[in-house]
Amino acid sequence: MNPVLSVRRLEKRFGAVVAADALTLDVPAGQKISLIGANGAGKTTFVNMVTGYLKPDSGTILLDGIDIGKRSPRSAAQLGISRSFQIPQLFVELTAAENLTVAISGIGTRMSLRAPAEAQGRRDKAVELLERFGLADLADRPISELAGGVRKLIDIAMALVRRPRLLLLDEPTSGVSAEEKFSTMDRVIRAVAQDAATIVFVEHDMEIVSRYADRVVAFYQGRILADGVPAEVLNNQEVRRYVTGGAR
Amino acid sequence: MKMSQHPLVMIGLVAAVTLAGRALPTWTLSLATIAASNALIALGIVVLARTGNVSFGQGLFFAAGGYGVALIANAWGLTDAVAQVIVGAACGGLLGLVIGPLIARYSGIFFGMLTLALSMVFYGALVKSTALGGSDGFNVGRPSLFGMSFTDPREADFMLYAVSVIVTGFAGIAATILFRSEFGLASLAVRENNLRVEYLGLSANRIISINFLIAAIFAGASGAFALMAQRHIDPQFAYWTTSGEFVFVAVLAGNQSVAAVFVASMALELVRSFSNLYLPNTWQLVLGVFLLGVILFLPHGIGSLWIRDRRKRRISATAPLTAERGAAP
Repeated sequence: MNPVLSVRRLEKRFGAVVAADALTLDVPAGQKISLIGANGAGKTTFVNMVTGYLKPDSGTILLDGIDIGKRSPRSAAQLGISRSFQIPQLFVELTAAENLTVAISGIGTRMSLRAPAEAQGRRDKAVELLERFGLADLADRPISELAGGVRKLIDIAMALVRRPRLLLLDEPTSGVSAEEKFSTMDRVIRAVAQDAATIVFVEHDMEIVSRYADRVVAFYQGRILADGVPAEVLNNQEVRRYVTGGAR
Repeated sequence: MKMSQHPLVMIGLVAAVTLAGRALPTWTLSLATIAASNALIALGIVVLARTGNVSFGQGLFFAAGGYGVALIANAWGLTDAVAQVIVGAACGGLLGLVIGPLIARYSGIFFGMLTLALSMVFYGALVKSTALGGSDGFNVGRPSLFGMSFTDPREADFMLYAVSVIVTGFAGIAATILFRSEFGLASLAVRENNLRVEYLGLSANRIISINFLIAAIFAGASGAFALMAQRHIDPQFAYWTTSGEFVFVAVLAGNQSVAAVFVASMALELVRSFSNLYLPNTWQLVLGVFLLGVILFLPHGIGSLWIRDRRKRRISATAPLTAERGAAP
């Protein structure tokens, strides 16, 4: 099966810091891949390059065979790559439903200057998406009044609006309490499953990684240290030394 | 949709305000004409401000509209008021169409300064242009309406008042529809986080450009009104203090309500007129205190007087729901 995402010899430097050192990775459709690594290992740089926010110095990024290495975030989104953020990037003065409505507006070829934003079809779709995450009752609350965990889920819901081919989640459970992290991740996985998107998620919590990932890719100083099933990667000596610090 | 925002209700309101002009004293007519004209350009600034960008150089489009109309009126004898407004809007719009996409990539203070710089470049060019009358400018004839000339000053004032109220009123209706549209919502999203907007597959630059174009069209039409009211044009139309005055109205109004722009513009004209009448040497001080008062007590503008209440009502309707999810961090 052809991979959804295929990355070949991807390189990125920030001065003397090597953030991506000849990264090569294939992401098959339907997999849930977790990227792990210490801070500064290059995980978020990888996500930023795949989503068009950063341009690689060299190498190729193919989405379904299309080179997206030089594309903008907008173009990458239109081709089927969506992402959520470590710190939720929401429109805090708008309500949860309005945030989703803005995301829904991005689907069509052109936005209407006349059609009401709260037209029933659009509103229903926004509420349906919130419902997937169990947040429909918060549809009319301004984001500024919502807790961090709820914001995280809405951020992910917005990324799902376009029914992406590839969904990148940057630390989906960071800022969520220990008691809520599994229920939060359960909601995310359940909601994403409806669209059968391929998921790549950056995560520091090894319990989350071993429970939800089909495959784990460990980063260290811009390189891939190990790549395989969770049990194998998390028990790898180098991963234990440089990434997890003997955690688990 | 609120009843007061239904287009038919708003059209009725515009008709009522227009007919009320028949009962107003003459001095009020010219004051209201200026207020409506200023409200139109300030409305454009508010439209643009919803994307998080403030133009300090709307005088550029104001002057483009005014000069465009004046040149065509003198060259081809175009005196019809409605045609002049259309020509003014087209001149402002054409310029906005060229400048908008170039300037949309900037934001914040850079955006504001660029618009100011462009208007001052235009001002400089106008001052140096002898063909356009240099710093003295030039005069135009009295406007007509659908072939009718108005020799009675009261009738001429009413005609101009009626045209300005109707045009500005319809611009207000269009802006109300725009603010409620999905494009209007996306404009607010651009103001808050334009990178996130891009990640959703939308073009923040395009959204800003379209809002900029709308603001330029409104400014051009406003320039045509100012020309008709004064029957004279000069480079002062493009000067930074002229632009600043429009921003003043927009700040007073806030960016939450279209009606607030009209209220703010009228309030400013009244404060200016009366302070000029009773305190001729310190009227600027009165204006400054008035603006300070609005900023201190209504930081989101005059419109927040009624928009804030609406939001509070909506929130209180769903208040119990957040308690179980915890407060905001």
